[in-house]
Amino acid sequence: MSFLAFNLLEPWPEPFRLFLYLAGVMAFVGANAAYLVWVERKGAARFQRRPGPTEVGPAGLLQPIADAIKLMSKQVHVPPDSDRILFRLAPVMVMSPGLMCLATIPFSDTIGARNLDLGLVMVFAFGSINVMAIMLGGWASRNKYAIISSARIVSQNVAYEIPMLLVVITMLMITGTTNLHTIVEQQAGGFWHWNILKVWANPLMPVTFLIFFTCMLAETNRAPFDMAEAESELVAGAFTEYAGMGFGVFFMAEYANILVGCSLATVLFFGGWQSPIGVFSGVVWFLVKLYLLIFTVIWIRWTFPRTQFYRLLNLSWKILIPISLGTLMLTCVMLKIF
Amino acid sequence: MKKALGELLSGFVSLLTGMRITLRQFFMKDVTVRYPHEALKMPKRYRGHIVFVRDAESGKSLCIACKSCEKACPSDCIVVDGIKREGEKRKSVTDFNLDFTRCSLCGSCVEVCPVDALEFSKNYNLASTRKDVYQIDLVKRMEDGPK
Amino acid sequence: MLLEKTNLVKSGDNETFVLNLGPQHPATHGVLRVKLTMDGEYITRAEPVPGYIHRMHEKMGENRTWAQFLPNTSRIDYLSAMHYTHAYVAAVERAAGIEVPLRAEYIRVITSELNRISSHLVWFGAFILDLGGFTPLLYAFDDREKILDLLESVTGARLTYCYYRFGGLCNDVDSDFITGTKEFIEYLKPRLEMYRQLVTNNIILKKRLEGIGPISAEMCRKYGATGPVIRGAGVACDVRRVEPYSVYPELDFEIPVYHEADCMARYLVRMDEMYQSLRILEQAIAKLPEGPIMGKVQKSVKVPAGDYYFAVEASRGRFAVRIVSDGKEIPYRLKLRAPSFSNLSLFEEASQGMMLPDALALMGSLDLVIPDIDR
Repeated sequence: MSFLAFNLLEPWPEPFRLFLYLAGVMAFVGANAAYLVWVERKGAARFQRRPGPTEVGPAGLLQPIADAIKLMSKQVHVPPDSDRILFRLAPVMVMSPGLMCLATIPFSDTIGARNLDLGLVMVFAFGSINVMAIMLGGWASRNKYAIISSARIVSQNVAYEIPMLLVVITMLMITGTTNLHTIVEQQAGGFWHWNILKVWANPLMPVTFLIFFTCMLAETNRAPFDMAEAESELVAGAFTEYAGMGFGVFFMAEYANILVGCSLATVLFFGGWQSPIGVFSGVVWFLVKLYLLIFTVIWIRWTFPRTQFYRLLNLSWKILIPISLGTLMLTCVMLKIF
Repeated sequence: MKKALGELLSGFVSLLTGMRITLRQFFMKDVTVRYPHEALKMPKRYRGHIVFVRDAESGKSLCIACKSCEKACPSDCIVVDGIKREGEKRKSVTDFNLDFTRCSLCGSCVEVCPVDALEFSKNYNLASTRKDVYQIDLVKRMEDGPK
Repeated sequence: MLLEKTNLVKSGDNETFVLNLGPQHPATHGVLRVKLTMDGEYITRAEPVPGYIHRMHEKMGENRTWAQFLPNTSRIDYLSAMHYTHAYVAAVERAAGIEVPLRAEYIRVITSELNRISSHLVWFGAFILDLGGFTPLLYAFDDREKILDLLESVTGARLTYCYYRFGGLCNDVDSDFITGTKEFIEYLKPRLEMYRQLVTNNIILKKRLEGIGPISAEMCRKYGATGPVIRGAGVACDVRRVEPYSVYPELDFEIPVYHEADCMARYLVRMDEMYQSLRILEQAIAKLPEGPIMGKVQKSVKVPAGDYYFAVEASRGRFAVRIVSDGKEIPYRLKLRAPSFSNLSLFEEASQGMMLPDALALMGSLDLVIPDIDR
């Protein structure tokens, strides 16, 4: 783990620490984005009872590197009618939320890039850049499929941001802080202290988590909500015109965003680095929880068909938002009474 | 309200059932044959391109150059020629060219052959970048062949 | 400015744009092109443009002997090759008055029904793939592989079987095939149950198919749509029952009919048909008589002058062969009535005003095979 402890580095000069944080976060996101592609391919293969990548390196472990080399050696073709600046800017922007948000995620008591008091707010502030980047990419390529995809992703994002934030407000009322480090510390001591099981504060806490998880899938464009990419309808959606590493960056950003989403879910609901038995807390628990959630995301993708676009919006406006408002109210009442 | 919640719940259960099924498949054995490393045996009746049947005694082709196959072929991809040698009862084949680029592997030639001189090969690895590889001379192939 | 540049807005008051779905598109499964006039994501007009894989099978039939056309029949609809060959040989048999031995007829039914299951399995996988679910495709192909292995062991080919001959079959089945088929029947039943739980009952799939893409019986009649499309519209029209051929009258099976006329109905018809095919297989194997597999046929078939017609129930609907003979050794005219062509014809009317993903679900539920449309 290339992450550096705040405590250990406290006496070091600020610019040096800043550089180390940056390098650490970048390395973590980069390695994860590349190797989550491998995990996804292997996982999909297992669900479909095939071996997956086997040829490049042992168990296909060098496949992401081979893919990256192939993608980088390709021409980044800019379609002649496109908006050149936006077309090139979109892949750069799409990676930024992954890099920015992870800076506030505490990996353990001592490992984390930056301990911000407004950590949760920052994650949501930067989290939506991803959607804007995909929208811009689709718009700038001036492809009809891409523009349909852009329109879809924006309305999808608007629809799902609301229940997600309502859930987060519920969480804020329970925790009383936006500092992610403090949120995890509050959940210390056994799995019954985790937020997902805090039924005295809100009896519907597991439902709240399900809403959060569903919204996270929708925000990161994962199946069954992959409306923007929808390969059997829109070819490759917003990425249709991207070639080479332009496409590669979008592809990796998807995994970076899943990483952020699952990290946040771990911190908010599953007690971050806290051990489920109350002792031996540490970064291992965080990673175990994180990758279990990521596995669930992959599992869901390779099980379900895609939803229809208006069903997706109906799900948000007619089901998720009323339920999350309900849990919010319930939490208010419960906190007031007890 | 009750109906809507019931539907929501049953829908959620159906999703969990689906996930249970795929998870069970996750821990089952692969069904794939890893082709270049291992290959399946072709069944007895596999229809590859045609080859001559070798006469067990003389080691020569059984073909009598009757041209039935040439006529039967729907794709006109067989050209046969033969001569009648001194002291032999039947004609013997001198030329048997198969244009495999046009062959559709229907097996009509094997079926019409009155002396069963043709059979299917079991060769399915037939990829090439050159067209002339597929101009198969069956007579030469039998003479050269190790079989 | 941008909109003008990308041709998104046509001049005039209707703000529509033309979207070319195909000839290369993941959802058309082949080289079909559909010219969509779209208003946002809504389709105002869908014009199918077939012909990208036209191979002149009918004209080829007029240029070769009766027997030489046999390989072509497997290549029209490559997923139900057996049925197509059946229709052609049966048409010639009817014309030339050739008797087919009973064993050959039973084996024809067995292989045809195996072929029907394999075709429906491909459709099942590809349809769910159209709807965004990838995994069922590979499960279905795994099952289909077993059918292909069985058929390959008898016919020597995995797709273009070319197994039937005028008067019978080109070779007999062995006991391995019979036991293999029996095992396969037992294997497929739990798999179909698994598909029911994994896919049919799935709430996402239900919501995507129920009430989507209604095709009424009236519309089927108008465009000549047959097969699962018309059976999903509540009409029990199956050539195996309405114009019985081969030994189907001796077998007990049901024609699944659904009255909802939506994508789900067509989906359920095909899923039920697989069960019915298994039933047919069980009975046909139990009844399979001993005997010759070839009737008395002259070396080159003589078809007396006249006009003959034979229809079979292929996986996608009614496939019929009409042959016109002038007594020569090659056909005078060979007309192939392909089910996919008729089923595609109604797409333009049926997809009116639908959203793009729904229209693709509708197209998937029609089970189009593009070479069958173009011939």
